Amino acid sequence: MAKSNKPIVWGLFAAGGTLTAFFLPALIVLTLLAALGYVPDLLAYENMRAFAEHWFGKLVLFVIVSLSLWHAAHRLRITLHDFGFRSDTLIASAVYLVAALGTIAAIVYLLRI
Amino acid sequence: MSRKPYVREVPKTTWYFRQGRYMRYMGREVTCIFVGAYALFLLVAIKRLSEGRAAYEAFLEGLSSPAGILFQVVTLIFVLYHATSWFNLTPKAMPVQRGEQFLPGGVIVGAHYAGWVVVSLVVLFLAGVF
Repeated sequence: MAKSNKPIVWGLFAAGGTLTAFFLPALIVLTLLAALGYVPDLLAYENMRAFAEHWFGKLVLFVIVSLSLWHAAHRLRITLHDFGFRSDTLIASAVYLVAALGTIAAIVYLLRI
Repeated sequence: MSRKPYVREVPKTTWYFRQGRYMRYMGREVTCIFVGAYALFLLVAIKRLSEGRAAYEAFLEGLSSPAGILFQVVTLIFVLYHATSWFNLTPKAMPVQRGEQFLPGGVIVGAHYAGWVVVSLVVLFLAGVF
Protein backbone atom coordinates (compact mmCIF):
# COMPACT_ATOMS: atom_id res chain seq x y z
CA MET A 1 0.00 0.00 0.00
CA ALA A 2 1.25 3.45 -0.87
CA LYS A 3 2.38 5.50 2.07
CA SER A 4 0.50 8.73 2.63
CA ASN A 5 0.90 11.64 5.02
CA LYS A 6 -2.86 12.20 4.97
CA PRO A 7 -3.62 10.68 8.41
CA ILE A 8 -1.06 13.01 10.04
CA VAL A 9 -2.24 16.28 8.49
CA TRP A 10 -5.89 15.26 8.79
CA GLY A 11 -5.39 14.39 12.45
CA LEU A 12 -3.83 17.80 13.13
CA PHE A 13 -6.65 19.44 11.12
CA ALA A 14 -9.37 17.70 13.15
CA ALA A 15 -7.66 18.27 16.51
CA GLY A 16 -7.08 21.93 15.61
CA GLY A 17 -10.65 22.37 14.40
CA THR A 18 -12.07 21.04 17.66
CA LEU A 19 -9.67 23.03 19.85
CA THR A 20 -10.26 26.29 17.96
CA ALA A 21 -14.06 25.79 18.00
CA PHE A 22 -14.02 25.41 21.81
CA PHE A 23 -11.40 28.01 22.77
CA LEU A 24 -10.85 30.70 20.10
CA PRO A 25 -14.21 32.53 20.47
CA ALA A 26 -13.56 33.17 24.19
CA LEU A 27 -9.92 34.14 23.51
CA ILE A 28 -11.00 36.61 20.82
CA VAL A 29 -13.51 38.12 23.26
CA LEU A 30 -10.54 38.69 25.63
CA THR A 31 -8.41 40.45 22.99
CA LEU A 32 -11.44 42.37 21.70
CA LEU A 33 -12.07 43.65 25.25
CA ALA A 34 -8.39 44.69 25.39
CA ALA A 35 -8.76 46.47 22.02
CA LEU A 36 -11.81 48.33 23.39
CA GLY A 37 -9.78 49.51 26.38
CA TYR A 38 -11.03 47.03 29.01
CA VAL A 39 -7.87 44.93 29.36
CA PRO A 40 -8.82 41.68 31.21
CA ASP A 41 -6.64 41.01 34.32
CA LEU A 42 -4.92 38.00 32.69
CA LEU A 43 -3.71 40.10 29.73
CA ALA A 44 -1.93 42.65 31.96
CA TYR A 45 1.88 42.33 31.56
CA GLU A 46 2.68 40.90 35.03
CA ASN A 47 -0.08 38.26 34.88
CA MET A 48 0.56 37.22 31.27
CA ARG A 49 4.29 37.03 31.97
CA ALA A 50 3.70 34.85 35.07
CA PHE A 51 1.32 32.63 33.05
CA ALA A 52 3.85 32.14 30.24
CA GLU A 53 6.75 31.56 32.66
CA HIS A 54 5.05 28.46 34.05
CA TRP A 55 5.55 25.29 31.99
CA PHE A 56 1.80 24.63 31.89
CA GLY A 57 1.09 28.13 30.55
CA LYS A 58 3.76 27.60 27.88
CA LEU A 59 2.15 24.28 26.94
CA VAL A 60 -1.34 25.87 26.67
CA LEU A 61 -0.07 28.71 24.44
CA PHE A 62 1.98 26.32 22.31
CA VAL A 63 -0.91 23.90 21.72
CA ILE A 64 -3.35 26.70 20.83
CA VAL A 65 -0.99 28.48 18.39
CA SER A 66 0.40 25.38 16.67
CA LEU A 67 -2.88 23.43 16.30
CA SER A 68 -4.67 26.56 15.01
CA LEU A 69 -1.93 26.96 12.40
CA TRP A 70 -2.06 23.30 11.26
CA HIS A 71 -5.87 23.38 11.12
CA ALA A 72 -5.85 26.58 9.02
CA ALA A 73 -3.04 25.29 6.77
CA HIS A 74 -4.81 22.05 5.84
CA ARG A 75 -8.20 23.67 5.29
CA LEU A 76 -6.61 26.49 3.24
CA ARG A 77 -4.99 23.87 0.99
CA ILE A 78 -8.41 22.29 0.28
CA THR A 79 -10.12 25.70 -0.03
CA LEU A 80 -7.60 27.00 -2.57
CA HIS A 81 -8.36 23.90 -4.68
CA ASP A 82 -12.07 24.78 -4.46
CA PHE A 83 -11.31 28.34 -5.60
CA GLY A 84 -9.70 26.93 -8.74
CA PHE A 85 -5.99 26.84 -7.80
CA ARG A 86 -4.93 23.37 -8.91
CA SER A 87 -1.16 23.33 -8.22
CA ASP A 88 -1.62 21.19 -5.12
CA THR A 89 2.03 20.22 -4.57
CA LEU A 90 3.12 23.87 -4.49
CA ILE A 91 0.17 24.96 -2.32
CA ALA A 92 0.55 22.05 0.10
CA SER A 93 4.30 22.74 0.49
CA ALA A 94 3.65 26.46 1.08
CA VAL A 95 0.86 26.14 3.67
CA TYR A 96 2.52 23.31 5.63
CA LEU A 97 5.84 25.21 5.55
CA VAL A 98 4.17 28.27 7.14
CA ALA A 99 2.53 26.06 9.78
CA ALA A 100 5.86 24.34 10.54
CA LEU A 101 7.74 27.66 10.76
CA GLY A 102 5.02 29.08 13.03
CA THR A 103 5.25 26.02 15.27
CA ILE A 104 9.04 26.42 15.57
CA ALA A 105 8.71 30.18 16.16
CA ALA A 106 6.18 29.54 18.97
CA ILE A 107 8.67 27.17 20.68
CA VAL A 108 11.54 29.69 20.33
CA TYR A 109 9.55 32.68 21.65
CA LEU A 110 8.02 30.69 24.53
CA LEU A 111 11.45 29.39 25.61
CA ARG A 112 12.72 33.00 25.73
CA ILE A 113 10.09 33.91 28.35
CA MET B 1 -19.24 3.20 -25.31
CA SER B 2 -20.81 6.45 -26.35
CA ARG B 3 -18.83 8.45 -28.89
CA LYS B 4 -19.79 11.81 -27.48
CA PRO B 5 -20.04 11.58 -23.68
CA TYR B 6 -21.88 14.43 -21.96
CA VAL B 7 -19.57 16.53 -19.84
CA ARG B 8 -21.33 19.01 -17.62
CA GLU B 9 -19.71 22.45 -17.65
CA VAL B 10 -18.45 23.43 -14.19
CA PRO B 11 -16.76 26.84 -13.92
CA LYS B 12 -13.61 26.22 -11.87
CA THR B 13 -13.48 29.52 -10.01
CA THR B 14 -17.15 30.56 -9.66
CA TRP B 15 -19.07 27.28 -9.19
CA TYR B 16 -20.07 28.06 -5.59
CA PHE B 17 -22.24 31.06 -6.63
CA ARG B 18 -24.76 28.65 -8.14
CA GLN B 19 -26.43 27.46 -4.93
CA GLY B 20 -26.89 28.65 -1.36
CA ARG B 21 -25.51 25.44 0.07
CA TYR B 22 -22.32 25.77 -1.98
CA MET B 23 -21.96 29.32 -0.62
CA ARG B 24 -22.45 28.09 2.96
CA TYR B 25 -19.81 25.41 2.33
CA MET B 26 -17.34 28.02 1.05
CA GLY B 27 -18.24 30.33 3.94
CA ARG B 28 -17.36 27.51 6.33
CA GLU B 29 -14.11 26.74 4.52
CA VAL B 30 -12.83 30.36 4.37
CA THR B 31 -13.10 30.61 8.18
CA CYS B 32 -9.64 28.95 8.14
CA ILE B 33 -8.13 32.25 6.90
CA PHE B 34 -9.29 33.94 10.12
CA VAL B 35 -8.26 31.03 12.36
CA GLY B 36 -4.80 31.19 10.76
CA ALA B 37 -4.63 34.99 11.01
CA TYR B 38 -5.55 34.86 14.70
CA ALA B 39 -2.90 32.17 15.34
CA LEU B 40 -0.27 34.46 13.76
CA PHE B 41 -1.65 37.36 15.86
CA LEU B 42 -1.16 35.23 19.02
CA LEU B 43 2.35 34.34 17.83
CA VAL B 44 3.22 38.07 17.54
CA ALA B 45 1.73 38.65 21.01
CA ILE B 46 3.98 35.90 22.46
CA LYS B 47 7.01 37.44 20.69
CA ARG B 48 6.22 40.88 22.18
CA LEU B 49 5.74 39.28 25.61
CA SER B 50 9.19 37.69 25.32
CA GLU B 51 10.71 41.10 24.48
CA GLY B 52 9.66 42.65 27.76
CA ARG B 53 7.19 45.08 29.30
CA ALA B 54 7.62 48.03 26.88
CA ALA B 55 7.18 45.89 23.76
CA TYR B 56 4.15 44.03 25.19
CA GLU B 57 2.36 47.15 26.41
CA ALA B 58 2.95 48.92 23.08
CA PHE B 59 1.42 45.85 21.40
CA LEU B 60 -1.67 46.02 23.67
CA GLU B 61 -2.08 49.73 22.89
CA GLY B 62 -1.78 49.03 19.17
CA LEU B 63 -4.86 46.80 19.40
CA SER B 64 -7.17 49.77 19.97
CA SER B 65 -6.58 51.33 16.55
CA PRO B 66 -9.68 51.18 14.27
CA ALA B 67 -7.95 48.50 12.17
CA GLY B 68 -7.13 46.52 15.32
CA ILE B 69 -10.73 46.59 16.56
CA LEU B 70 -12.03 45.71 13.07
CA PHE B 71 -9.64 42.71 12.95
CA GLN B 72 -10.92 41.42 16.30
CA VAL B 73 -14.61 41.86 15.36
CA VAL B 74 -14.36 40.27 11.89
CA THR B 75 -12.22 37.41 13.23
CA LEU B 76 -14.75 36.80 16.03
CA ILE B 77 -17.64 36.57 13.52
CA PHE B 78 -15.82 34.07 11.26
CA VAL B 79 -14.53 31.99 14.19
CA LEU B 80 -18.07 31.81 15.62
CA TYR B 81 -19.20 30.50 12.22
CA HIS B 82 -16.33 27.99 12.31
CA ALA B 83 -17.34 26.83 15.81
CA THR B 84 -21.07 26.42 15.07
CA SER B 85 -20.50 24.69 11.71
CA TRP B 86 -17.88 22.42 13.32
CA PHE B 87 -20.20 21.40 16.18
CA ASN B 88 -23.17 20.93 13.82
CA LEU B 89 -21.12 18.38 11.84
CA THR B 90 -20.04 16.28 14.85
CA PRO B 91 -22.81 13.61 14.46
CA LYS B 92 -21.54 12.97 10.89
CA ALA B 93 -17.87 12.98 11.91
CA MET B 94 -18.26 10.71 14.94
CA PRO B 95 -21.62 8.95 15.21
CA VAL B 96 -22.15 7.24 18.58
CA GLN B 97 -23.67 3.75 18.50
CA ARG B 98 -25.60 2.30 21.45
CA GLY B 99 -26.40 -1.36 20.72
CA GLU B 100 -28.39 -1.43 17.48
CA GLN B 101 -29.30 2.27 17.63
CA PHE B 102 -27.34 5.40 16.91
CA LEU B 103 -27.48 8.26 19.40
CA PRO B 104 -29.65 11.05 17.88
CA GLY B 105 -27.51 13.74 16.22
CA GLY B 106 -29.19 16.46 18.28
CA VAL B 107 -27.82 14.93 21.48
CA ILE B 108 -24.22 14.95 20.19
CA VAL B 109 -24.52 18.51 18.86
CA GLY B 110 -26.23 19.67 22.08
CA ALA B 111 -23.48 18.16 24.23
CA HIS B 112 -20.87 20.04 22.21
CA TYR B 113 -22.74 23.35 22.54
CA ALA B 114 -23.12 22.80 26.31
CA GLY B 115 -19.38 22.04 26.58
CA TRP B 116 -18.60 25.15 24.51
CA VAL B 117 -20.62 27.39 26.86
CA VAL B 118 -18.88 25.92 29.94
CA VAL B 119 -15.39 26.22 28.39
CA SER B 120 -16.04 29.83 27.31
CA LEU B 121 -17.36 30.86 30.74
CA VAL B 122 -14.37 29.19 32.47
CA VAL B 123 -11.88 30.97 30.16
CA LEU B 124 -13.57 34.36 30.68
CA PHE B 125 -13.76 33.77 34.45
CA LEU B 126 -10.11 32.69 34.78
CA ALA B 127 -9.06 35.72 32.72
CA GLY B 128 -10.83 37.98 35.22
CA VAL B 129 -13.61 39.30 32.99
CA PHE B 130 -16.21 38.68 35.73
